[in-house]
Amino acid sequence: MSEKRNIQPPRWAERILEWYCKPELLEDLQGDLHEYFERNVESVGKRRAKLIYVIDVLKFFRIYTVRRLEFINVLINWIMLGSYIKTSGRNIVRNKLFSAINIIGLSISMAVGLLMIGTLMDTYSYDKFHANHARIYRIISQYSYLGNKDGDFNATTSLRAAKAVKETFPGVEEVAIFRGGFDGDFQAGDKTIPLNGLWSNETLFKVFSFSLLQGNADKALKEPFSVVLTQKSAKKLFGDADALGRTIILNKDREYTVTGIMEDVPQFSHLRFDLLASLSGREITEKDHAGEMAWDNIWRHWTYVLLPADANLSSFQTNLDLLSKKEDPSVKNTNIKLALQPMDEIMTGKSLSNQGGPIIGGTLLWVFGGLSFIVLLSACFNYTNLSVARSLRRAREVGVRKVIGAMKNQVIGQFVVEAILISLLSLVAAFVIFLLVKPYYLGIHTDLQELLLLELSPKLVGMFLLFAVFIGVAAGFFPALFFSRINAIQVLKNNSTVKAFRKVTLRKTLIVFQYCISIMLITGALIFYKQYKHFLAFDLGYSTENILNIRLQGNKAELLKKELSELPDVKQMSTSAMITSVGNVEGTSMKNPNNPEDSAGVRFNKVDESYIPLHEHHLLVGRNFFAKPDSAKESEVIVNQQVLKRFNIANQDPAKAVDEIVKIDGKELRIIGVMRDFQYGRANNNSGEKVVLRYSKEGDFLNVKLLSNNLPVAYEKIKAIWKKIDPVHSFDAKFYNEEIEQAFRGLSASIKLAGTLAFLAICIASLGLLGMVVFTTETRLKEISIRKVMGASEGKLIYLLGRGFFMLLGTAIGISLPLTYLFFDKILFPNIVNHAPLKLTDGILGVLGIAAIAAIMIGSQTLKVARTNPAQVLKNE
Amino acid sequence: MKGTNLGEFEELVLLTIASLVNDAYSVAICDEMERHTDRSAKLGVVHAVLNRLEEKGLVKSKLGEATKTRGGKRKRFYTLTVPGKAALVKAREMREQLWQKIPAFVLKTAV
Repeated sequence: MSEKRNIQPPRWAERILEWYCKPELLEDLQGDLHEYFERNVESVGKRRAKLIYVIDVLKFFRIYTVRRLEFINVLINWIMLGSYIKTSGRNIVRNKLFSAINIIGLSISMAVGLLMIGTLMDTYSYDKFHANHARIYRIISQYSYLGNKDGDFNATTSLRAAKAVKETFPGVEEVAIFRGGFDGDFQAGDKTIPLNGLWSNETLFKVFSFSLLQGNADKALKEPFSVVLTQKSAKKLFGDADALGRTIILNKDREYTVTGIMEDVPQFSHLRFDLLASLSGREITEKDHAGEMAWDNIWRHWTYVLLPADANLSSFQTNLDLLSKKEDPSVKNTNIKLALQPMDEIMTGKSLSNQGGPIIGGTLLWVFGGLSFIVLLSACFNYTNLSVARSLRRAREVGVRKVIGAMKNQVIGQFVVEAILISLLSLVAAFVIFLLVKPYYLGIHTDLQELLLLELSPKLVGMFLLFAVFIGVAAGFFPALFFSRINAIQVLKNNSTVKAFRKVTLRKTLIVFQYCISIMLITGALIFYKQYKHFLAFDLGYSTENILNIRLQGNKAELLKKELSELPDVKQMSTSAMITSVGNVEGTSMKNPNNPEDSAGVRFNKVDESYIPLHEHHLLVGRNFFAKPDSAKESEVIVNQQVLKRFNIANQDPAKAVDEIVKIDGKELRIIGVMRDFQYGRANNNSGEKVVLRYSKEGDFLNVKLLSNNLPVAYEKIKAIWKKIDPVHSFDAKFYNEEIEQAFRGLSASIKLAGTLAFLAICIASLGLLGMVVFTTETRLKEISIRKVMGASEGKLIYLLGRGFFMLLGTAIGISLPLTYLFFDKILFPNIVNHAPLKLTDGILGVLGIAAIAAIMIGSQTLKVARTNPAQVLKNE
Repeated sequence: MKGTNLGEFEELVLLTIASLVNDAYSVAICDEMERHTDRSAKLGVVHAVLNRLEEKGLVKSKLGEATKTRGGKRKRFYTLTVPGKAALVKAREMREQLWQKIPAFVLKTAV
């Protein structure tokens, strides 16, 4: 019998009922449900009975049972709000240290949060100015050769696929096709301005909401060799004169007629251009170029389709698959997979190759969003921790409030209001920090600068306020709940019965968590930094010292060479088609001389005869190129060891490989030398590339090796010469080592961000720890004094007070270091080639730093207490 | 309009309350109705109807004494008010009148 009575309906279900039910209906309804519950326990068993009870509770949620908002309660809350704010204010002022810790911690972390909110708002507002943004999709494609998938999808498609979609697909409203590379020097009258534009077809104005100010949107890009200028470009080329109908000349070659002026491309557009040219022009100029319409030429065109609102995407995908199936046989061994990507996901989705411009990408948002969240969480923990720890001092106040008649939820309200007040105060500080830090944040990476504005708008400020309120509620809710449960009688009868340290485990866990995060972040940042340094100093297999690479921008290399050779600082000069080891690649195909069926992609660079000695590339056998005019037929090639290995040329013996004839890019070339392997791509990827060097005198870059005594002066001298030769283009030259550094600027930006966040996390955790130490030592002041009177030494007292905290620190280190190590060793590093080996010592510096800060705080506070005069403390009792 | 006429279910509940005299609380009403009508009376439905009858002024209720059962919660006992009684009597009279108008042979086969 007694056992049966113990079976109770689930408490939480009862709570729900109590929460929503009108007080006058509650008691008997609860009784009724309980009676049924007892019956059900008898008839169908405990578990079913509980389930039925829960269902019944939910079923009784009806209009006539639900509690109305009582006017009087609302009124009381309004009246009390003033009192809450007043007491909160007094409390903030009274506990200056704790308030300062809370406000500093919260404002630092909220500043990070504000930056994150601004970034998110900007990122998500991309492309939303197009009226049809939700219905526009980009067609993306993936290239695979002999079943080997070529990594990511490309943002581009072949022109052939774009045309097929436009002409044959059902249910497509409009198709806009872009092609990159309408770049060059545009001449209008006597002005020459370099501009970057896109080719496009005439339907683009129907798909996108770019507005045409002058000209006819339907016809502007219909006729071949017509261009639409943005307002800015028109002003650059023609000043304030009317541009419509005028002609501009591209690269002193072809004339284009201006058929339209459009508004400037908005900041939040992933498509960016200075002008647009009609795609139909290319049909004339590229008539004889078979590659233009090839199925596997998927690298140059971006295709956007406008679909109806109720479009069936899966049937569209089926049609794309059918198209691939039909067209794949036109190119041997090649598969092109097509897919749709909603335009709204371009800025936030996964990163694709061949994007037209920079994107933020979902991964980055998630990682840094997550880290900012952790820093925020850490600051909220400080608040929670310190508030609960101080419960001893606030308990009486709550007790009196309760005796006077405060309800539970009024106490909750009071403490939440207090937390919101603190978070609003922090918001003010955070906002100032936000404004100060904004330029540095955007300066971390050029892409950020280009993509984000972080402009203050009413919407953004509104979001900030909402955010502050949310943080206040999040930080204050737990302490509020804790205080609302205080038993008034116990508190008022005898202060000491309040268990001030009741939530000790929770508080310890929070501290350990904060320190784990701090240690992981700082260790991670340090490991990344070491990798970064490692990649910069990586042995590429050739020398990059004191080499200045000048982008020729269409100028004759010979002309510049002649001028520069008169400078005493210039040691040597060469030309090349590209700069290696910074992430750029040029590819072509090479036939296997041993097996005519087999061919593979190889990387190449076109260089002149001085390139190899200037860069100190190591030739294993054979000779360098001889100088000869570009008009001569290309006949020679220098290959690296990987090429021999891939095609098994001359059984991989470099000595015998010389004078072999190979077919590269459709040309029969004789191997004249074999060079040692070097890092063609960036040091952290593209390792082990098959590389061939081809001869060309006219490169796109002039590589100038300088004497090392005064580089900046030499740079200025060269710049002056450039200005004389080419007044149109600005001097674009970079030292090789700086260029490599720039190739890793993504990594360096990540390190800066992660490092800053780690620093903030450490600051916040340290502040929290400081608060806890101060609190603990203060509450134990009397105990310490008595111990001292009894003869305890200072050292013993410090040990006694600090032991607990050092234990927490040790636990945090014990948890976080192995986790960080495993993360890098097992998850991250296997994906990075050429990474520096991971050593346990990497993280030591960070950990030592953190431990030192913590030790100083614990030590100084405990020392202060241990040194107090016991007579002073005990006298007051 | 709604206040003057009794629905069928409302009438049944009223009758049950009357028949239970001083013991008419929600669970008992449900049980009694199940026993006499051969159909299940769900608490949710009965509770809503009781609430509505009270709003119409046909029944009144008061809480009883707390007992050890029901989790210590009191029962709410319902009794008919004067309008409630009148409504029942009126409903019955209306039926009787109709019954009396039916000639005996009409129902003969049905029995």
